Amino acid sequence: MQFLKLVLRNALRHRLRTALTLLGLVVAILSFGLLQTVVDAWYAGAAGAAPTRLVTRNAVSLVFHLPLSYRDQIRAVDGVRAVSHATWFAGIYQDPKNFFPQFAIEPRTYFAMYPEYLVAQPEFTAFLRDRKGAVIGRKIADTYHLTVGDPLPLRGTIYPGTWEFTVSAIYDGIDTKTDTSQMFFHWEYLNETIKKRAGRQVDQVGVYLVDVTDMDRVAEVSRAIDALFKNSLAETLTETERAFQIGFVKQTEALVIAIRIVSYVVIVIILAVMANTMAMTARERLSEYATLKALGFSPGYVASLIVGESVAIAVIGAVIGIVATFPVANWFAAKVGTIFPVFEISGETVVLQIACALGVGVVSAVAPGRRAATIKIVEGLRAIG
Amino acid sequence: MNETAAPPTLIDIRNLAKSYRRGGQIVPVLTDITLEVRKGDFLGLMGPSGSGKSTLLNLIAGIDKPDAGEILFDGVDITRLSETALADWRAGTVGFIFQFYNLIPVLTAFENVELPLTLTRLTRRERREHVETALELVGLSDRLSHYPSELSGGQQQRVAIARAIIADPRLIVADEPTGDLDRHSAEEVLTLMDRLNTDLGKTIVMVTHDRRAADQAHAIMYLDKGELSTSADVHERSLR
Ligand SMILES: Nc1ncnc2c1ncn2[C@@H]1O[C@H](COP(=O)(O)OP(=O)(O)OP(=O)(O)O)[C@@H](O)[C@H]1O
Ligand SMILES: [Mg+2]
Repeated sequence: MQFLKLVLRNALRHRLRTALTLLGLVVAILSFGLLQTVVDAWYAGAAGAAPTRLVTRNAVSLVFHLPLSYRDQIRAVDGVRAVSHATWFAGIYQDPKNFFPQFAIEPRTYFAMYPEYLVAQPEFTAFLRDRKGAVIGRKIADTYHLTVGDPLPLRGTIYPGTWEFTVSAIYDGIDTKTDTSQMFFHWEYLNETIKKRAGRQVDQVGVYLVDVTDMDRVAEVSRAIDALFKNSLAETLTETERAFQIGFVKQTEALVIAIRIVSYVVIVIILAVMANTMAMTARERLSEYATLKALGFSPGYVASLIVGESVAIAVIGAVIGIVATFPVANWFAAKVGTIFPVFEISGETVVLQIACALGVGVVSAVAPGRRAATIKIVEGLRAIG
Repeated sequence: MNETAAPPTLIDIRNLAKSYRRGGQIVPVLTDITLEVRKGDFLGLMGPSGSGKSTLLNLIAGIDKPDAGEILFDGVDITRLSETALADWRAGTVGFIFQFYNLIPVLTAFENVELPLTLTRLTRRERREHVETALELVGLSDRLSHYPSELSGGQQQRVAIARAIIADPRLIVADEPTGDLDRHSAEEVLTLMDRLNTDLGKTIVMVTHDRRAADQAHAIMYLDKGELSTSADVHERSLR
């Protein structure tokens, strides 16, 4: 009891100093949490990947497509439960900065394979009936204020011209980790239009999506698919959806690593600030610590007074910082819109925030704690605070 | 009962030496000090500034270690105790009174006095009773919840005295307890110390510059150039 009382009252002794240190801690823990969440958002696609889903793409590059005829051949491979496909469209909605991914898909097989995208049955039926219909994610709908029935014109980049779509349905995610920043429309519509324009990419799809019957056969099935098209005009590369997504993130990995480093640099800076505060504080109280030791308190007790004070300040800062992370992250997510499909503070991030704060608290107290514990009593008594 | 029998020896200091190293040079402070303090004594230590009074007092109180010699306290040589054993010994045996009171600023008068008791097995209630009694003894019953900064110097020193006696130590050491006080407060403090000695039977060793303070003591030793002498010696020397 006496111990806690001493720790807390000591912490509150220099109100301004403690308040400023706390402010620094709160900002550091908050920034750390946000930066970690940005990194997580980067990997959200890979994290959301189902373990039994494979992606088969052109072995040369994603830029090259695969013939539609592969679909039935892949379906015939032993261990394949279902096959669907998706083609990257890269259209612009009003302004290039309004980015969200669009895919031309085969509706029935695609949505059957992605149960995490929830579409109301009547809306889905309407979508199937309208060849210019589109299914958009909730995040797109919210960001651009779109509702069912609204026109959704896209300016094509890979496929030139203006493409007129109508919002037929809005899908929700099965949980907050589901990407709801995508748009899907009929591949048939894309293919027919290209055909009319006598384009070269007729009856071609971007990637095949393959659902495997069970997780243990994933490697075997992907090898079997690639073997099937070995030495053909379009050789394939089949990998798990997760590996495929990570491949995307890899291109920007340097940036992600930089963000991660910055997040820890912030912690190191606050560690330096905190260590300085604790050193200053403990130095001023050397004669008090010496008095306690003269009265018979152990060096360990004196050291733990300092560690306790440091940790108490760090924990208070961490709690405020963590609590503040949530509204700030929400505000940030709303600001950036569909750039980050999923922007959610993970439990792991909160644990890291707590761990960093505790680390800062303990490490800051090591040097001053040791000094107060080991300094000779007579020397400590001479040090006038 | 033999009336001439002197009280038993409490502290027996033999051939004590202590020097400090200053910039590669060794400065002897105490050389071959031998001194006996009897139970119930009130010993005053005087001497010029820098003569080593505080050094000697700190050695007696077990917060410093000598280079040579022994300090037998009730037969136990405290210079040979480990740091931990010495800390326990201090907690149970020595009450400290400092020139600048050395109270903990974030604790109230009550809590400051209670502090040494938190090292004992006493219950909260027992502690409360002890603390109230001690603060009553020093005349501060109405200042229990005052912080040191809310007390005068004299009152702070009285709180420190209450803290010094709270664990019922056999020895009280005081280093210039009136050095920072005005005459009136100094007198109050000295009166209190006299009561600790006469009423409670505490053995006291007090360092002081103050003639008036020294008068309170039963015996005075002078320390100069590392050596001790009694007032009789000094008197003799001045007559010569
Ligand atoms: N830690 C130390 N390092 C070096 N020299 C020291 C140290 N402590 C004390 N001394 C020296 O030892 C001598 C005695 O010091 P001490 O404090 O015991 O004197 P004192 O008699 O109490 O003096 P005062 O009346 O001024 O309090 C002084 O010369 C002092 O400078
Ligand atoms: Mg002194």
